[in-house]
Amino acid sequence: MGRRPQPIARAGPGLAATGLVLGLTLLPLVAVALAAEAPGRLGPPDVAAIRFTLVQAAISAGVSCVLAIPVAQALARRRFFGRQALVTLMGAPFILPVIVAVFGILAVFGRAGIASDMLAAIGLPRLDIFGLSGVVLAHVFLNLPLAVRFLLAGWQRIPAERLRLAASLGFGPAEMRRHFHLPLLREVLPGTFAAIFLICTTSFAVALILGGGPRATTVELAIYQAFRFDFDLGRAALLGLTQVLICAVAGIAVLRFALPRDLGAGLDRVPPDWPGLGRAAGIADRAVIALAGAFLLIPILLVALRGVTEIVGLPASVWAAALRSILLALASTALAIALALSIAALPRELNGGAGIAAFLGIAVSPLVIGTGLFILLRPFASPEALALPVTGTVNAIVALPFILRGLGPALDAARATQGRLAEALGLSRWQTWRLAYLPRLARPLGFGAGLAAALSMGDLGVIALFSVSGNATLPLEMYRLMGSYRTEDAAGAALLLMALSLLLFWIFDAWGRRNDRA
Amino acid sequence: MIALEGLEVTRGRFRLALSLDVAKGARLALVGKSGAGKSTLLDAVAGFLKPQAGRILIDGRDVTGLPVAQRGISILFQDGNLFPHLDVTGNVALGLPASRRRSGSAEVADALKSVGLDGYGDRRPGDLSGGQQARVALARILLQGNPVALMDEPFASLDPTLRAGMAGLIADLAGRTGLTIVMVTHDLRGLDDLVTDIALLEDGQLAVSGRAADLRADPPEALKPWL
Repeated sequence: MGRRPQPIARAGPGLAATGLVLGLTLLPLVAVALAAEAPGRLGPPDVAAIRFTLVQAAISAGVSCVLAIPVAQALARRRFFGRQALVTLMGAPFILPVIVAVFGILAVFGRAGIASDMLAAIGLPRLDIFGLSGVVLAHVFLNLPLAVRFLLAGWQRIPAERLRLAASLGFGPAEMRRHFHLPLLREVLPGTFAAIFLICTTSFAVALILGGGPRATTVELAIYQAFRFDFDLGRAALLGLTQVLICAVAGIAVLRFALPRDLGAGLDRVPPDWPGLGRAAGIADRAVIALAGAFLLIPILLVALRGVTEIVGLPASVWAAALRSILLALASTALAIALALSIAALPRELNGGAGIAAFLGIAVSPLVIGTGLFILLRPFASPEALALPVTGTVNAIVALPFILRGLGPALDAARATQGRLAEALGLSRWQTWRLAYLPRLARPLGFGAGLAAALSMGDLGVIALFSVSGNATLPLEMYRLMGSYRTEDAAGAALLLMALSLLLFWIFDAWGRRNDRA
Repeated sequence: MIALEGLEVTRGRFRLALSLDVAKGARLALVGKSGAGKSTLLDAVAGFLKPQAGRILIDGRDVTGLPVAQRGISILFQDGNLFPHLDVTGNVALGLPASRRRSGSAEVADALKSVGLDGYGDRRPGDLSGGQQARVALARILLQGNPVALMDEPFASLDPTLRAGMAGLIADLAGRTGLTIVMVTHDLRGLDDLVTDIALLEDGQLAVSGRAADLRADPPEALKPWL
């Protein structure tokens, strides 16, 4: 006879965590709404910012998706030395600080970049990537890997038997396209496009560095400018509401188009030779893999090469900012993990709603949350004095959905197996957690913590709104160095920031993998 | 019908080495412990694995170097037999040559009738039970019209009732069409009418082989656990 299993934890901490997340996202929203001016106050520059936000996000998402198709396809059907390393590299831009990625892109495609040098050498004009082209280029650099990973996950979920069936039925390229490529693209691409579109609408740092001016200002950048330069809170709040609307529509689209669904149960067999492949396809696949690898690797390598000679002589302010960023990242990670564990452990009937609440952190732009918190805090304390705690908290909320994505299914699996055993053995809740759950959660916890730490380490969003001199984080310090044309110091800071972000991610992730008992 | 001459296949440390003849119309059950080489043998005959030595002959034709689709073989997989985005008719029609897939609706309907799925043509695989999905794959094999069918644990996901029904159906269809079958199975019970020959593999070698009736009447010690 079926019996409801005992809850794995008291609901109190989970409900409190959900309440905190809701409070920290919705209260700032209310504050923004109350402070916003009438919609009629949106002037031509604001309308242009809305248009630019939508256009650049649509182009960035479209280009990322289109370019990802051949890359994912080539990776899915080729086995070659270094394939795993390339797939791992596809994950790197996600934890790479955005400002470092932009610095790397400028090192390649900027006016003084190597691509411009090559063009100049043959008498052609140098590249100018400030504006729409630069914003799109940076977004493609940051999101192409994400699109590739979504598509690759779709390809890898196709059961090996189905590919063998295609081989046994003698499928040619046209049938492979009809029965494999198109169904997969129909399933995965809409969600991938929506997710990247959402990311690109909230990608403040890219617009801050590569955008600007009347023709390349995003809504978030307009909020920042209204805030920092004009101190026009009403207009900033109105723009904030607009941003919320854009994010809400994109967020609903992300939820509507589920990302890779199981296409069937595959067995761990040696994959067959991909049916319907000719020699030309082989050459094309190799070329695509080489180009994608170069596009992703060269900017990162240039950051490392240019920074390595400058890192020793960095000014003290950069080292102080680095220490501040590390402490901030650790605090933010601890908060994010505590929130994620509390929410994941909620009873199933509450878990889904809490998960959606956690998703608000990315659906509502962090910059809008920051604006709202600024408005809320101003009557009681100096927002500048609270810059670091506010930044850490917002970073934790932004990281939360990514942590829950790994933690939730792992805890569900543990609950369904060892949880029942623990209940049958009469173990207490604490013993159940210690013996049954935590050993199986080490991997997603380590990965999630690494992600939270790297995201916080590289964040250049809320801190830019609140910060005054003296409490800058490393990304903000680097931005200031770039803005004052101290390129050598900025190169050193970029390498330091990249190294610290990857190191923090690696430490947490390695801990998770070492302690994995799943 | 199928002749494996000095076949050798190596996968990592595992080595399969055997010679085997399967007569036309025979229905051979391959049994053996996990890792004995049953699936490796099936993959080699199908063409998914390239042998290091030996020849594979089907109806006297050397198919060792041919691609899967040119060997005259149909395959029933343990899982993943159907394309989820196609309905039953679309899946079964894949058994016809590409030029006849649009015009072959009568043949598809006949094949579905043969496997007891008359009227199921517009359903999606997701709406069918495991047993019904296996029948759809069987209908496709019928349309392919190949002389040989390879089946990888065709009853593994079926309950005992469905298993008996599916075994009876395969025996009936093979009897009518003269299909030669090589199937991997873990359990020979209830397959008396279907299986005509048995081969036991141990560590990549052929330990026992012969007519099922003879082996059942006087089973060698190594085969007893499988009967």
